[in-house]
Amino acid sequence: MLKLNKISFTTGGSRKILDSISLKVRSGEFLVITGPNGSGKSTLAQIIIGIKNPTSGQIIYNKTDITNLSITERAKMGIAFSFQQPVKFKGVKVYDLLNVASGAMMEKAEAGKYLEKVGLNPEQYLLREVNDKLSGGELKRIEIATVLARDAKVLIFDEPEAGIDLWSFENLTKVFKKLKAEKKTIIVISHQERILKIADKIVILENGKIEAEGAPEKILSQITGANYGIN
Amino acid sequence: MELTDEERQIFCEVADTFEVPEGAYNFRVNGKSVGRKSTKNINVVPKEGGRGLDIYIKKGTKNETVHIPVAISVTGLKETVYNDFHIEEDVEATIIAGCGIYNCGPTDSVHDGVHRFYVGKNSKIKYIEKHYGFGQGRGGKILNPTTEVYLEQGATAELEMEQIKGVDSTIRKTSATVEDNAKIFVRERLMTHGRQTAESIYDIELNGKDSVADITSRSVAQDLSKQTFKATIIGNNKCRGHSACDAILMDQAEVHAIPALDAKTKDAELIHEAAIGKIAGDQLTKLMTLGLTKSQAESKIINGFLA
Repeated sequence: MLKLNKISFTTGGSRKILDSISLKVRSGEFLVITGPNGSGKSTLAQIIIGIKNPTSGQIIYNKTDITNLSITERAKMGIAFSFQQPVKFKGVKVYDLLNVASGAMMEKAEAGKYLEKVGLNPEQYLLREVNDKLSGGELKRIEIATVLARDAKVLIFDEPEAGIDLWSFENLTKVFKKLKAEKKTIIVISHQERILKIADKIVILENGKIEAEGAPEKILSQITGANYGIN
Repeated sequence: MELTDEERQIFCEVADTFEVPEGAYNFRVNGKSVGRKSTKNINVVPKEGGRGLDIYIKKGTKNETVHIPVAISVTGLKETVYNDFHIEEDVEATIIAGCGIYNCGPTDSVHDGVHRFYVGKNSKIKYIEKHYGFGQGRGGKILNPTTEVYLEQGATAELEMEQIKGVDSTIRKTSATVEDNAKIFVRERLMTHGRQTAESIYDIELNGKDSVADITSRSVAQDLSKQTFKATIIGNNKCRGHSACDAILMDQAEVHAIPALDAKTKDAELIHEAAIGKIAGDQLTKLMTLGLTKSQAESKIINGFLA
């Protein structure tokens, strides 16, 4: 479904962040990309959605080369992206954002279901502004709800566990298990062992290269004791 | 009321209606009243020579509304209108004003509206004012509102002031004197484009013990337009004052924010915040990941910001 061919990314200062990454993600696969901080995980996720452009290499999605397509075009093709740091908007309400995400004006009850999925009470949150009056954990859950509302084919989550409390994390793992059961194609950047355990496949990135990839039972034992920041 | 299509459009934009509303009202078109009504509790009295209105709201009036919208649909009309609101004690009322200019001719049309509110003890008023302009003529659409609010002990005024679009030049002056336990809340929304200019000037005097002022201005400046925001809050007593200017800058527009806080006693708590900048890149990116184009994302951000 998604194929990365020799993706490299070098910063303006000539620092190589990604070095010829090749990777295949099958339809319905749950892939977790892990590795130490600074290994290039988030950059790779941002390249897939189009926030960053690779220095070289190709991204093939459903047999189409999307390397030079815009973020909007990729979103319309069914790729969704959850930001590690949720974006705040003055004046834009949670309900507005969910409507944009779904591509249609939803009834409030329908929009509220996406908040319930991330453990937020729609009555309390639907008409709140997505601004800095919300806590980091609340913003993160709203961020994830907007991705769920996309009804996308490929869902990319960049460190979804960052900044959320334990209770929210419990909910988050349930959301991922449900998405997996629905056969969605999922790519998660994560350091969390419990998310790694849900994966069909784990990829370890280190210094911009794939250090290892395989099923969780194979990879988890390999990374035990290694300095990958796994929690 | 017999209205042209343009006049109807103006009243829809500034007062959400072109039909006779419930409660007291005065509809003014091209310098003349085209419909007026008083109620048992609200007396709408024209000043001599059509120069405005005296509006008297009786003590104890609750949940009543006054509509006083203005439309100008001829080119070259220049008027100054004085509307004085005499609000007795323990009133709760909403006043819907607003003015729109349709100018398809060569000469400037100007409406200078002076609204003075004398708000009695423990009364609560909400004042909604929208300004709007349209028409392709070379003549300018110029609106200069002056709003003076005098709040007696325990009174509250909530002002929602909005310039929707199409106003070529505006100087908006708002002043208030606030006595013991009285409160004023101002919410301003402003959009300028083309070569428009807008100046918002606030002078608030917190004279009373435990008086409160909160001014929140959000604006968007596009193209080559220029905006100035000057807010002065003077704390003469134990009081709380806050003003905030938030502006989105686009294209080659300019925004100047000039805050002034003048605390005359150590018990005055005064705060000013100002944030001016372009639309944040991560906001555009987020909305694009949800399927919007860049220009759709900009519109969504601006509409939300000014909502």
